[in-house]
Amino acid sequence: MAEPIIAARGLTKRFGKIVAVDDINFDVKKGEIFAFLGPNGAGKSTTIKMLTTMLRPTGGSLMMAGHDVTKERDSARKSFGIVFQDPSLDEELSAYENMELHAILYSVPKARQQERIQELLELVELWQRKDSMVKTFSGGMRRRLEIARGLLHEPQVLFLDEPTLGLDTQTRNLMWNYVKRLSHEKDMTIFFTTHYLDEAEAVAERIAVIDHGKIVALGTTAQLCKQTKTKTLEGAYLQLTGTTLRDESGDNNALNAKMAIRNRRLR
Amino acid sequence: MRVMFVLWLRQVRRYWRSGSRLLGSIGQPILLLLALGYGIGAIYRRAGEGNYLEFLVPGIITQTVLLSGIFWGIIILQDKRFGFLAEMLVAPVSRIKILLGSAVGGATISIFQGILVFIISILFGFRPHDWLAVVPAFLVLVLMCVALTSFGAGMASMVDDFQGFQGINNLLVMPLFFLSSALYPLNHVPTALRIISTYNPVSYMVDALRYLLSGQTDFGLQKDLIVMAITFVACLYFAVNRFNRIQM
Repeated sequence: MAEPIIAARGLTKRFGKIVAVDDINFDVKKGEIFAFLGPNGAGKSTTIKMLTTMLRPTGGSLMMAGHDVTKERDSARKSFGIVFQDPSLDEELSAYENMELHAILYSVPKARQQERIQELLELVELWQRKDSMVKTFSGGMRRRLEIARGLLHEPQVLFLDEPTLGLDTQTRNLMWNYVKRLSHEKDMTIFFTTHYLDEAEAVAERIAVIDHGKIVALGTTAQLCKQTKTKTLEGAYLQLTGTTLRDESGDNNALNAKMAIRNRRLR
Repeated sequence: MRVMFVLWLRQVRRYWRSGSRLLGSIGQPILLLLALGYGIGAIYRRAGEGNYLEFLVPGIITQTVLLSGIFWGIIILQDKRFGFLAEMLVAPVSRIKILLGSAVGGATISIFQGILVFIISILFGFRPHDWLAVVPAFLVLVLMCVALTSFGAGMASMVDDFQGFQGINNLLVMPLFFLSSALYPLNHVPTALRIISTYNPVSYMVDALRYLLSGQTDFGLQKDLIVMAITFVACLYFAVNRFNRIQM
């Protein structure tokens, strides 16, 4: 069997006494579309942050495209692209300038740079607007630009952290079509999180469900349904994670944990 | 090098495009020059101290770069809050390069504003006592601007919201300015104020500029430069240290 493109072994992250990610193991195969599901505060964002070098794991090992993510950080960084959950463009720069800045940060060869930017902006249908400031763009246009930017340095893995949040149905459709095409044509691995289970069911080849920092199930939709004796992915998901609501906000675990520790000290 | 250049360019581009920032940044110094230079200047002369504008201009230049330098930190805060910092931090580039490229960009804006205020003050009737000394004065300005933007970047790395940053203005920038030798000569003030001012690094920045532009000094250029060099290193260390600790 081919070497997995992402391999997590015993991956753990603690913030003080809080265990956000608890000894998880998973492999993602090259060219696979992999969905990572879980309720808010389950450890999804923390895991993505560790995969993308924004957080250092407390324990375990993490390999990506043959690089140890904690030890060979820069090589690992070159091997993936990411579309963040929150917008991450410079609004005061034009679409082209945002792309150009990214190209230089990732040392894309100067000769390839312009052609590559044009190719990608045409792909996401923004070439006509390349000189407009990003602050004049709609939410969907920004998302498309972020995807184009994430692909600029020809990564082997593309992370999409809740990429369709707040997008209309047309844009969502278009976006998943790009993503599927990329995965087929370029053998690119796609790792995404979402709260829309229909998306996961339609797009993902395999799905991992995380809850309370642990992976509670991993497999194809059919396997998850079989495992939980349910008929739909939604049924399986609710079976696995329960129906109670979660209070933790998932947007910034490190910060939340920091605040939690600070509040406890104050008490 | 290309990375640092493009980050520098980003800062400069953003500044050029924002007309309001350009105008806002020179409005206050003009107001101060008018109100203080002309308003207080008359009394200053009557008190036998000579030309107040000559005394004041280095102080106003310092105030301009102090404000714009530390407030440049807001851009780091914006990047942190609105996500662009995440894009830079996951790039295969060291944080030091990101910080230095951006901070030198911020310093460039400050230097530009300092020079603008210098030119405006010439229109107001200010004349440097020796045109040759304008060149070393420029070098002092550069040193000041890099130190102050680094300080601003360090502060911005520590706070998480804009209100917090406003607090820094009231608690730090204003005292640093008003309790320095920028507005009044130190030889006649009450001892307490004099002591506070002598421990304020901004006093030495003003004093160095004043020595070079107006030929007046409280501490002597040598002491000014030593204090400034120490401040410069401390500010850089502070910025690198704090910026490295940012967690997304």
